[in-house]
Amino acid sequence: MELIFEKSRPGRTATTIPEADVPEVAITDIINKSLLRDDVDLPEVAEVDLIRHYTQLSKRNFGVDVGFYPLGSCTMKYNPKINEEVSRLPGFTSLHPYSPVKFSQGSLQIMYELRQYLSEIFGMADFALQPAAGAQGELTGVMVIKKYFEKKGQKRTKILIPDTAHGTNPASSALCGYSVVTVRSNAEGGVDIGQLRELMTKDVAGLMITNPNTLGLFERNIEQVSEIVHRRGGILYCDGANANAFMGATKPGDLGIDVIQLNLHKTFSTPHGCGGPGSGPVGVRKDLVRHLPVPRVIKKGKRYDWKYEFPDSIGRVKTFYGNFNVMVKAYTYIRSLGPGGLKKASETAVLNANYIKERLRAWYDLPYDRICMHECVFSGKRQVKESGVHTSDIAKRLLDYGYHPPTIYFPLIVPEAIMIEPNETESKETLDAFCDTMIAIAKEAKENPELVKSAPLTTVVRRLDEVKAAREPDVCWGRV
Amino acid sequence: MSKPNPADRKYSKEHEWAMDEGAGTIRMGITDHAQELLTDIVFVELPAIGKKVKQMEPMAVVESVKSVSDVFSPVSGEVIEVNKELEEHPEVVNEDAFGKGWIAKLKMDDPAELNNLMDAARYTEMIKEEKH
Repeated sequence: MELIFEKSRPGRTATTIPEADVPEVAITDIINKSLLRDDVDLPEVAEVDLIRHYTQLSKRNFGVDVGFYPLGSCTMKYNPKINEEVSRLPGFTSLHPYSPVKFSQGSLQIMYELRQYLSEIFGMADFALQPAAGAQGELTGVMVIKKYFEKKGQKRTKILIPDTAHGTNPASSALCGYSVVTVRSNAEGGVDIGQLRELMTKDVAGLMITNPNTLGLFERNIEQVSEIVHRRGGILYCDGANANAFMGATKPGDLGIDVIQLNLHKTFSTPHGCGGPGSGPVGVRKDLVRHLPVPRVIKKGKRYDWKYEFPDSIGRVKTFYGNFNVMVKAYTYIRSLGPGGLKKASETAVLNANYIKERLRAWYDLPYDRICMHECVFSGKRQVKESGVHTSDIAKRLLDYGYHPPTIYFPLIVPEAIMIEPNETESKETLDAFCDTMIAIAKEAKENPELVKSAPLTTVVRRLDEVKAAREPDVCWGRV
Repeated sequence: MSKPNPADRKYSKEHEWAMDEGAGTIRMGITDHAQELLTDIVFVELPAIGKKVKQMEPMAVVESVKSVSDVFSPVSGEVIEVNKELEEHPEVVNEDAFGKGWIAKLKMDDPAELNNLMDAARYTEMIKEEKH
């Protein structure tokens, strides 16, 4: 397919600009010449070419509305269209953030109630909705922890993070000035309790745990973990990225979690936006509420208002009030499913992951063989040994069959990892078709490894030279 | 298959090698087994000269098409020289991990720390076990 620049012909245009009804001014008269350039080479195309170009590009997109998207640890669940309809109501979309509160009572009510729902579902004292995505939620959570120790006059310099953590955990901690200490996993994929006990000293602010972890396994020793961290005065932080596994089954607050961030664009079926807008609410235990970002919605009688006066708050982390329309979608999801529906969603997500695990276990290595939660992690080690086919080849071969591949090479502690998260929206037929494909690829890897190593064969763009792209990146297109 | 591990140096469990170059200095890099696991290396972040490092703490970063990994310092000490060629040609680590693909030279704080590392035979045994 040609680039829009290649389709360009001098003089072609998709619009006609009416003749100026004011006196024309030469641009060089009003803008300094040093700020002007004449080599910008913008594409010039007719409307029909413009429309065809972008329509063709859009047809090459792959998303949850197109097909199965089992990207592990990302919870790429289908986004019910009712979420979109509700969030597009003009009362929401036309509301200006500076509108007086008396004109935005409904929106404030939604934020207030969403906080209450999340607090109830996760067993936390309160939530802040301001963070714009999961990673910012993490950062906000760690800032709250830092503030908490500052107020207590304690100097703690380290944060413990298991080796199965999302990469954002150490990044958030380091951004707040903490040094990161890794806690290794034990043989069954949980936190090594002995090592945790050793590392959890008085200068450690806390532990950032993901439960279920990125192996898709529930931390069986969570009560013991909580006891060890708390006995030394530390804070137990939970990365709630995998919350889709336990809604209605257990509450992090009951497990001893003090701070948790959620990813509304995962668990609560709001769109994943390739960088935004997302939403990463942070929930905390009671004595940490005073540190949450401002402003916060409060309720006085039947009226809602903004309150800025929380002197121990970490301050503002996002312009205005966060990504409000994303909150509306999550609110709609919670209200349309109800408590029973949310629990069923988690149960089905766990069942689906275990179904895939059982159907594929004869064909792919399963390094941690336990009942899994919302995702299962295989290893392509057997394929590498048998025929030199790597997990990346298997993933590329899936493209030929019309699937978005699962997450690969993560978590890092599993060599040649294949991390599959089907989530609850998929039917048994979809799961079976996917498993049949994975089995077919395992057979191909054995019988015809060259085929798998040269995949994808049917996509618009064939296999890229990743090494050349990384070593000699050439990201600017230029006319020859 | 990776190349044999030369007997003239010591090895860490994180797959670094350290070669005693006399006068309290060592030359270090990652093993051939490590580069094989990483696959094609596309970037090496070298430590600054003068940087103080502790044994088995991160001192450099290697990035391959597959992953980004820390390189751990086999001994405590100070970085006195780095292999500048890797800035332009990271693939040298793939081609010759034990030779031209060295990463840095260090002045050791305590040469006795070398005793914490494995000899070639034990390291070879360790990676054999990992494969099972």
